[in-house]
Amino acid sequence: MALCDVVPTLLCKFPAIDEGTIRVVRKTIDENFKALVRAYANVIDVVVAPLQWFLNLLERSFTGAPWILVLAILMALVFAASRSLRITLGAGLAMVAIGLLGLWNDTMITLAIVTVSTLLAILIGIPIGIAMARSDRAQGVVNPVLDVMQTMPSFVYLIPVVMIFGIGKVPGLISVVIYALPPMIRLTNLGIRLVDKEVLEAADAFGSSPWQKLKNVQIPLALPTIMAGINQTIMMALAMVVIASMVGVGGLGRNVLQAINNQFFTIGFLNGFALVGIAIIFDRASQAYGRRLQKHSEVVHG
Amino acid sequence: MASHAIEIRNLYKIFGPRAASHIEAVKAGIGKAELNAEHGHVLGLKDINISMPAGAVMVVMGLSGSGKSTLIRHINRLIDPTAGEVLYDGVDICRMNERDLREFRRHKTAMVFQKFALLPHRTILENTCYGLEIQGVPSVERRRRAMGWIERVGLAGFENHYPNQLSGGMQQRVGLARALTNDAEILLMDEAYSALDPLIRVDMQTVLLDLQKELKKTVVFITHDLDEALRLGDKIAILRDGEVIQQGSGQDIVRCPADDYIAAFVKEVNRSRVIRVETVMTPLVGLAEGPPIAQGSVLEAAARQMSGHRVSVAHVVDASGRPVGRVELSAMVGAMVSPGEQDGPRRAAAE
Ligand SMILES: Nc1ncnc2c1ncn2[C@@H]1O[C@H](COP(=O)(O)OP(=O)(O)OP(=O)(O)O)[C@@H](O)[C@H]1O
Ligand SMILES: [Mg+2]
Repeated sequence: MALCDVVPTLLCKFPAIDEGTIRVVRKTIDENFKALVRAYANVIDVVVAPLQWFLNLLERSFTGAPWILVLAILMALVFAASRSLRITLGAGLAMVAIGLLGLWNDTMITLAIVTVSTLLAILIGIPIGIAMARSDRAQGVVNPVLDVMQTMPSFVYLIPVVMIFGIGKVPGLISVVIYALPPMIRLTNLGIRLVDKEVLEAADAFGSSPWQKLKNVQIPLALPTIMAGINQTIMMALAMVVIASMVGVGGLGRNVLQAINNQFFTIGFLNGFALVGIAIIFDRASQAYGRRLQKHSEVVHG
Repeated sequence: MASHAIEIRNLYKIFGPRAASHIEAVKAGIGKAELNAEHGHVLGLKDINISMPAGAVMVVMGLSGSGKSTLIRHINRLIDPTAGEVLYDGVDICRMNERDLREFRRHKTAMVFQKFALLPHRTILENTCYGLEIQGVPSVERRRRAMGWIERVGLAGFENHYPNQLSGGMQQRVGLARALTNDAEILLMDEAYSALDPLIRVDMQTVLLDLQKELKKTVVFITHDLDEALRLGDKIAILRDGEVIQQGSGQDIVRCPADDYIAAFVKEVNRSRVIRVETVMTPLVGLAEGPPIAQGSVLEAAARQMSGHRVSVAHVVDASGRPVGRVELSAMVGAMVSPGEQDGPRRAAAE
């Protein structure tokens, strides 16, 4: 206090813009945003409809199919990716445990949304990553955006998403995709940029077109890094489905949310462990796949 | 498919962000060290003028960092020059648009890289096919052609291995097979043999010489090894600090080194296997004496013939058997052990 007696008020108490002005600005922005959303309602519907359709399709086939079939397909996929019996059996056991605890249906719903959002993140992230790797200017523009996306608290995403798309599965899906996208973009970019200059030069020397270079050299050599990106994207999607349950995504996330609201300690933890189980299955399978992709770099001789 | 000569004219290359702004200073004679110290730019090549003969092997030599790789990369424009031109068949490669350049690289050139630059995720066979794949040659055809060269470089049985499973010398031969499979008019070989052991090296030199007899490609061959240069090179250029300090035939360079640097370079070479009889031949006076020696024989071969006949004089005959000159053993020995009269002062300075 003593110090403020000497220092002028302007330097002591922060001169905030007065509340009236902020209120006006806030109102204008919010109202304009809402108006914009209303004006583009048709466009938004066009975007939402296919996502809704795809998500519903997957959800219905996951929950509707006999569990034994789903389990068999899942284990077959895990084996195809990892070529490891240990990982495949582990995945099977985890799924059986989840089923025994009565969480099978919710797990299927969560799997459906994680699958769709991962596919979307790959579909959007890889082209952006490639564009970034090709141009330093693109990298300069996209990188700060990714920084903001990664540091912004995930709850904040939900506000514009809900304002634009309302409450429901698709807005939840979109927020999961936004949250899970940055590692996909970053690691695609990094992977392509790390490709050996000499090898690229050789591809050039034989007259490769930019597309041939991308297809024959850059993507294959970046693939292990891109796989690491996909792995991280899946992990982030699994983390975000819990938060996205606040805007209407079902499955394990919603159970966790309800457990928080009602202090259902056991239910909360069981659902949490189910999520961890899925995460470990995805993680081990995709990492083993990534390692298999790098098999050619094993040095056997010289 | 006839190969053409490659003409390099007034070629300059400066490495650095503001290369073009230093070109005048370099043309005015500023040196590599000075340019680097004062302007932070690296002088890669300075006023290179070389005419690389059609259908012949042009060897480029020089110490490490003298600009050999930089020079060879200008021929398929992996590096853009700061100034100057590279002409092939009347076209300046440095002015080609992207599409023409791609076509030129696909169909006219093939390159072997100093550091191999193989595609690590592809097998040896797939690596060897790469050029043809880019050209759109059907898969059966390109496998057939690639397999032929894989066998020729001695890697049969390894076609399904990955580059990382092979030793350095084997990888270099994959690079060689990859370039040869392309069957291009211009073959660019950046220290293509430096990782090979001596026996395979001689074998690969023979491959190149045999290939040249049949196909007459325009080959640019970089090496550190003078014996290799003399064996392969129809013409040799020597670079130092980005400048050509001497160019000419192997004979010229061994017999009249332009300066101490080259003299030191050629000192260790086995002169009797390089210098040809013509260089010590005197005009024929009167009858042709002694045994006939074919024009173009090296001194060692001629001396062996003469000592076989126990004579000290012989005559040189051309391809049709007509006598064209006379040689004496004493002059031959003189040329083998020390430089001839004509380049005495320079050599004296070097010793
Ligand atoms: N991209 C680059 N940027 C800056 N300087 C370069 C670059 N490439 C080459 N240089 C410089 O140009 C000079 C010539 O290099 P270059 O690779 O052509 O040498 P070289 O004769 O092939 O040597 P070596 O026998 O070691 O392969 C060197 O001083 C090198 O530092
Ligand atoms: Mg080099």
